[in-house]
Amino acid sequence: MTPRRYLVLALVALASAFGDTSLAVGMKHVGPVSLAHPDALFEALRTPWVMGGILLLLIWTACYLTALSWADLTFVLPATSFGYIAVAFLSRFWLHEQISSARWLGIALITAGVGFVTRGPAYTPPKTT
Amino acid sequence: MTNLSSGPAIAGMIGAIVLTATAGDVLLASAMRRVGDLDHIKEHSGLRGAIGAVLCEGRFVAGIAFMALSFFSLLFSLSHADVSLIAPAAGSLTFVSNAVAARLVLHENVDRRRWLAAIFVCCGVALLQH
Repeated sequence: MTPRRYLVLALVALASAFGDTSLAVGMKHVGPVSLAHPDALFEALRTPWVMGGILLLLIWTACYLTALSWADLTFVLPATSFGYIAVAFLSRFWLHEQISSARWLGIALITAGVGFVTRGPAYTPPKTT
Repeated sequence: MTNLSSGPAIAGMIGAIVLTATAGDVLLASAMRRVGDLDHIKEHSGLRGAIGAVLCEGRFVAGIAFMALSFFSLLFSLSHADVSLIAPAAGSLTFVSNAVAARLVLHENVDRRRWLAAIFVCCGVALLQH
């Protein structure tokens, strides 16, 4: 693993975290979508927050595909889960939200999971017959 | 008229997100394994060559279709339930379903370290909603 590859993993985590948050804000503005009018989902695509979320998810897609080309799925997913931690810290220190002890425990567990997987090999070589 | 804010309805929405996301992840991982290391492809064929190699892979197109389904399931769910419930629940369950699918479908070496990582992250993400 090179520093460039760690940077790609960091971009996967951060683009996903900020993209999901942006989509959540956008869908709160749109309001509930009923099964009878699913076309409202397409109208939601025109709102700035949803468009911003989609742009971030496009960046996520490019970085995610790059990571999957040199690492296993079961390495990439836990290794990029620190995006959840980034969102928790942003909400605590930027939005001044309260973080419960259960949430801090969750952050500790994710950190341990990331630590476990990134200390192991990133790729399972294909079997030769 | 079905109450889309009821427990079973929200569980169904979360299930739809998890299933479509897992199918998408496995198909994309399989596609990228067939394509090979993008860094090497970029060195030899440039960025266009790398993009072309990815776009010509059928499993990539199928994976993106499932990711799009997962995306619209997520948008639909977010309009009926809080992100603090949907995101951690779907996210944590997807870690476990992906580990199982990667072992069975992609034949990845999901050793004890990776199972522990998947379970720790799954529990951690679930706790984040509190």
